Amino acid sequence: MDKWTFGVTMLVVGMGGTMLTLGIMSVIIALLKKVFPYKKEAEEKS
Amino acid sequence: MLEAFANGFSGLLAGFSHLQLTNVVMIVVGCTLLYLGIKKDFEPLLLVPIGFGCILVNIPLADLMEPHGFLRTIYDAGIMTELFPLLIFVGIGAMTDFSPVLENPVTLLLGAAGQFGIFLTLGLALALGFNEMDSVAIGVIGACDGPTAIYVTSQYAPHLLGAVSVAAYSYMSLVPIIQPPIMRALTTEKERIVVMKATRKSVSRTTRILFPVIITIIGGIIAPKGLPLLGTIMLGNLMRECGTVERLTKASANEIANVVTLLLGISIGATMDGKIFLQTQTLIVLALGFIAICLDTACGVLLGKVLYVTTKGKINPLIGAAGISAFPMSARVVMKEGQKYNKKNYLLMHAMGANAAGQIGSVIAAAVMLSVLKGMGII
Repeated sequence: MDKWTFGVTMLVVGMGGTMLTLGIMSVIIALLKKVFPYKKEAEEKS
Repeated sequence: MLEAFANGFSGLLAGFSHLQLTNVVMIVVGCTLLYLGIKKDFEPLLLVPIGFGCILVNIPLADLMEPHGFLRTIYDAGIMTELFPLLIFVGIGAMTDFSPVLENPVTLLLGAAGQFGIFLTLGLALALGFNEMDSVAIGVIGACDGPTAIYVTSQYAPHLLGAVSVAAYSYMSLVPIIQPPIMRALTTEKERIVVMKATRKSVSRTTRILFPVIITIIGGIIAPKGLPLLGTIMLGNLMRECGTVERLTKASANEIANVVTLLLGISIGATMDGKIFLQTQTLIVLALGFIAICLDTACGVLLGKVLYVTTKGKINPLIGAAGISAFPMSARVVMKEGQKYNKKNYLLMHAMGANAAGQIGSVIAAAVMLSVLKGMGII
């Protein structure tokens, strides 16, 4: 594999993969917050 | 008898006769690192042991980095096995409060934009003639994250470890000088004065505990080659959030992190032998590391500008600059810069979100990068 192909692959797949992974993680966090919402009293007891 | 005296004296003078110009230059470099750490307070926990390690390894005939030398033993035990950066990551996880990210998960996108510098610099290094793995190690300086840079470089370009580590830690401490001009150049005054609403949304304990577990599983499945990095930081965070292993959390954040920081620093200093370090290549690595952090900042601010437009002016683009891993320094820089233009603008909490996201982002970027390399059959 030549350096040009390597560099472009790393930029596109690497950066794209990073954005995608972090995007998935932000969706997971949003879902977790929906499924387990903050309840003041319960949190204070724990 | 006289001959024995002469031989004895020659033993005392041998060090001087073997002292080369490269050793002298590196001893000066070591002293400069000590000065920066002690007098200027630039990352002293790292720069003091690195500087001292640099001095030690450049004293001739001590053979500290030869097989069985004490620095070689520490280096082989902790750097070659990748143990030190990973133990540091457990400590970072135990110390870091990811609440700002959990409160506002969109900040993870800013944490992603702050990693562009890694991949752009990798391309620059390739264009300058470095081979693939050297370019990866140079690019990872842009993670602005010492342990990540050390982890990747020690595995794939150990000959660059000294230069990459010094660049990563030095530039991290220079964030307050590097970032503001870029932030000013890329934003208008109208954008810089945007006041962001305080968004204090509490997060349940269950979410805080599940976050590190689920992120480890999902992140590990997507990018298994980076699981040691992700797993250790998330283990530290799980211990912090679950609240049932306080002793382990405290040990990870204090005693273990302190001991490992000392050994890590001195081991990195030990790689700065004049014969290896004083090459044009080192200067290019340092320059590319600087460019990487500038590109991270620029890309973060540019994504901040996109968010400014898409939210119709509700997001201050300056917080994009905090999407790097220099925590919490970068968030403080954003706060300070915002207040220069609007004294009533408190961007700190928003910038902390982006900054904590940058910590996760740098680990994910390295993990993704390693898995892409594995997929291409390069590692």
